[in-house]
Formats: sequence, C-alpha cells, structure tokens
Amino acid sequence: MIDPKFSAVAGTDPPHPGQRNALLPSAVSSAGRLINEFFEWFGDLGLFFWQVLRAAVTPPFEFRELFRQLDEIGSKSLPLVALAGAATGVVLSLEARYSLTRFGAKSLLPAAIVFSVIHETGPIITGLVVSGRVGAGIGAELASMKVTEQIDAIEASAVNPYRLLAAPRILACILMLPLLTLAADVCGLVMGWVAQALVEPISLHQFINSGFQGADFNDFLPPTFKTAVFGLIIGLIACFQGMRTRGGAEGVGRAATSSVVLSSLFVILADVVLVKFIIIFFP
Amino acid sequence: MDGSAPVVAVEDLHKSFGSQKVLNKITLAVRRGETLAVLGRSGTGKSVLLKLIIGLEKPDSGSVRIHGQDIAGLALDQMGKIRLKMGFLFQHAALYDSLTITQNVAFPLRHHKKEMSESERSDRVRNLLAEVGLGGDDLEKMPSDISGGMQKRVGLARALALEPDILLLDEPTAGLDPISAAEIDELVLKLQGEHHMASIVVTHDLHSAKTIADRLALLNEGNVVIEGSFEDLQKSHDKFVKEFLKHS
Repeated sequence: MIDPKFSAVAGTDPPHPGQRNALLPSAVSSAGRLINEFFEWFGDLGLFFWQVLRAAVTPPFEFRELFRQLDEIGSKSLPLVALAGAATGVVLSLEARYSLTRFGAKSLLPAAIVFSVIHETGPIITGLVVSGRVGAGIGAELASMKVTEQIDAIEASAVNPYRLLAAPRILACILMLPLLTLAADVCGLVMGWVAQALVEPISLHQFINSGFQGADFNDFLPPTFKTAVFGLIIGLIACFQGMRTRGGAEGVGRAATSSVVLSSLFVILADVVLVKFIIIFFP
Repeated sequence: MDGSAPVVAVEDLHKSFGSQKVLNKITLAVRRGETLAVLGRSGTGKSVLLKLIIGLEKPDSGSVRIHGQDIAGLALDQMGKIRLKMGFLFQHAALYDSLTITQNVAFPLRHHKKEMSESERSDRVRNLLAEVGLGGDDLEKMPSDISGGMQKRVGLARALALEPDILLLDEPTAGLDPISAAEIDELVLKLQGEHHMASIVVTHDLHSAKTIADRLALLNEGNVVIEGSFEDLQKSHDKFVKEFLKHS
C-alpha cells in the first residue's frame, strides 16, 4: 500500500489543498538536508585530506607500504590501461580516417591520432580505468577493514591509520597515474598506427615523424602530468569513502560503488578545469 | 592493589549517538594491578566506554585520564604515545585478515620497536604466542583459518606485545563455548598475575567477571547502578541488580 503522504506524488490520487501544504515543507526540509549533507561531505573530505597530509609529511614514513601500493596500483593496472589505450588508438584511427578523408585532409591523420591520444584520450582513459579498478579496490578494502574494526585495531596499536593506510595509497596513485598514462599513450599510438597501416601501408617511423611534426614538450608534459591530479582525486576519494564506512557488508558495497562513481565524476570535472588551465599556461 | 593514584580515571562521562543517550555521568577508576569488570545488558554502552578510554570515540562531556593525563583534544600522534601503554582486545579480535597470526602479533613491534632485529622480534612473537597457549603449525595460518577462541588468544597476544600498563578487554569470552571461555578466563587471570596491569573487562558474563575481576560495576541505561565486589552486588536491594543476578 502506498503511504498516503506519497500518493499525490505517485499520481494515484490528486492531492487536496491540505495535503499540498503538508508536502511543501517536507520537500523543502529534504532539499535542505541534502544541501547540508553535500557541504558536510566536502567539509569532512577537507579534514580527511588535512589529516592525511599531516601524517604523510611527518616521520615515520611507511616506505614498505608505499612500495606495496606502487606495485598494487601501478603494475597490476598496467595490462588494463594498456588494453584500454590500445583500443582507443584503434577507434581514433578508424574514426579520424573516415572524417579526415571526407574533408580531404587524410595527410593529417597521424597528427590527429598523436595529438588526440597524448592531449586527451590517453590521460582521461587512464584516469577512468584506474578510478574503476583502483577506486573500487581501495574503497572496498578499507571499508572492509573499517567494519571489522581492523582500522580501530591499528589505531589502538598506536599506529596512525592515515599514515599507514591512506597516505601510501594516495601517494602511489599520484605517482603511478602519469606512468600509466605514458603506457596508454604508447599503446594508443602503436595500435593507431597498426590500424592505419592495415588500410594504407605506412612505416612506424614515418607515422611518428609525421604525427609529432610541430609538437613540443608543452603538447606532451602538461597533459601527462595532469593525471597526477587524477591520481590524487582517485586515491583521496577512495580512501575517504572506505575509511568512513558504517554498516557491515552493505556498507562495504556502498563504499566501493561510491568510490568509483565519485572519483570518476571528479576526474572528469577536474579534467575540464585542467584542460582550460593548460591552454592558458602552456599554449 | 594499593592506594596509589588511579591509572585510568573516568569522570562524569557522557556520550550520545544522535538522540540516543548511551553513557550518562559515568565515573570509574582503576589502579595498577586491579581488574574492574564492567557488566550490563547488551547495548548499554559497555564497549563504547572502552573505546572512549582508548580514545577511539570522543566523549560529549566529562574526562578520561590515563596516568593523570586528560586525553581530550589530543592529536592522533600524541594519543598514540599514550596508547603505547595500552593493550586492547576487541570483541571479535579484529585481527588483520591479510596477515598471518605471527605477523598480527608482530605488527605493534614492527611499528614501535624498530631497534629490534628480525630474530629478536620473531622470538618475542613466539614467546607471546606461547604465553597465550599457541604454537606449532598454527602460527603461520591466516586468522580466517583458526577458531574464535584462538583468534581471541592471538588478539590477547597482540594486545600484550608492547607490555602495556593498561589492558582493555571487550567481551573476551563472548561467542565461545564454556570450556574455551573458562580457558580465556584462566589466561587473563594468569597474565594479570604476571604483568600487574590495570585491567578493565567488559562482559555480560557474570561468571567470567566473578572469576577474573577484583571489582564489578553494573551499567544500566548509561548509568553505573552499583560498583563493588560480587558480595556487594549480592547484598544489593536494587531491583535491576537483583534481576541481573537472577538471570545470570
């Protein structure tokens, strides 16, 4: 049975004036609560970042855990990132060939692939693939530790959980994202060349020469290093969502999902800002 | 027990979660070599009290003093220095599930006794595990591969790793069969005799409390209803105390 309070909203009964008056304050208070939760989330995230930053820059440093995370986040994400980069290179090659041929600019194909891959598709594909794989992994792992009181046990053992758990994961994300982006770029370019060479033979040397003609370091370094910001976003959000989880297995699932959704969303939003920033400062 | 200053002193402690009042004006003190059992029904805030004492929860008002130092407002690293002298056994042991039993016990040593060589650490871990009755092939197992009773023993060994002055035990016998529960009680008594710590044991098991504690405090609806020896509880005319003793 539908709650009479919601029947008007569900459309089963037209609301009478008294009901309409009762629904309005409840909708306003729901909206108010949502806005409040939104700002509270940002406030808590800021405090969490401050705690992690303070723990990360003061000794003792958890190098052992950092190296473990570099392996976990870096080398174990490499096949997936490489595959995604390769697939993007092929798609770009096929699409660009079709479009450029229509406009009689087929000779620009290598440059179009190179610039698309290193400027945007390589970095963003890497950011999204890593936020899916690593964001879910970190979120679920830390959430599971939280609900089984393992994080409390770490704290009770006089070990700072921000230093042991969050800082190495976030730092590993920051360090590995640019390297993974390089891998995605290389795979994208090689497979872009393969896709083109299969249709119209061209040597790799010729493809690279033609593609990178007129390119300089400003075309390559800022877009690659902007992924360090993606790494910060992915690591920070996944650790935050994991370490604030409550409520058993359901909470773990929620933390994993929200880590992926929020980190992917913020990676895309950050990309908008960073692209504009790069255009202004690295023309 | 002596007339020295309390190692743990809790004064006028209040704690609520949202609208639910969990602890209301709790005052307790424990001295070196003394064991206090905190009894009460499920959900009366016994575990919350332990978490407030070790600083995992923050009180709404009131104070917790460890060795005379108020822990309110201490930063995580400052609180860490105080926690070095405290051991905590969690209700479900809270062992690190990605580490073996040996690695679990070695965890506090690895982080706080960096001057120890690998072999010294290994010897210390084996001694701690032997102290709680564990040895042989079990030591390299993962926490998920051992029984609940064994997990509690490992948790106890980990809590003792840094030779604490204060031992906090959250339901050490909960979920165990009577024989394992009695073994844990004997173990706690033995460790208490050897290490002379100030211990606080949270339990709803009156038999266990009677066996291991010098004093008992009974909580109801966030208040300490009575504090004293088991005989004091038996002599009490309070309705809740009588009911609790009747059903225990």
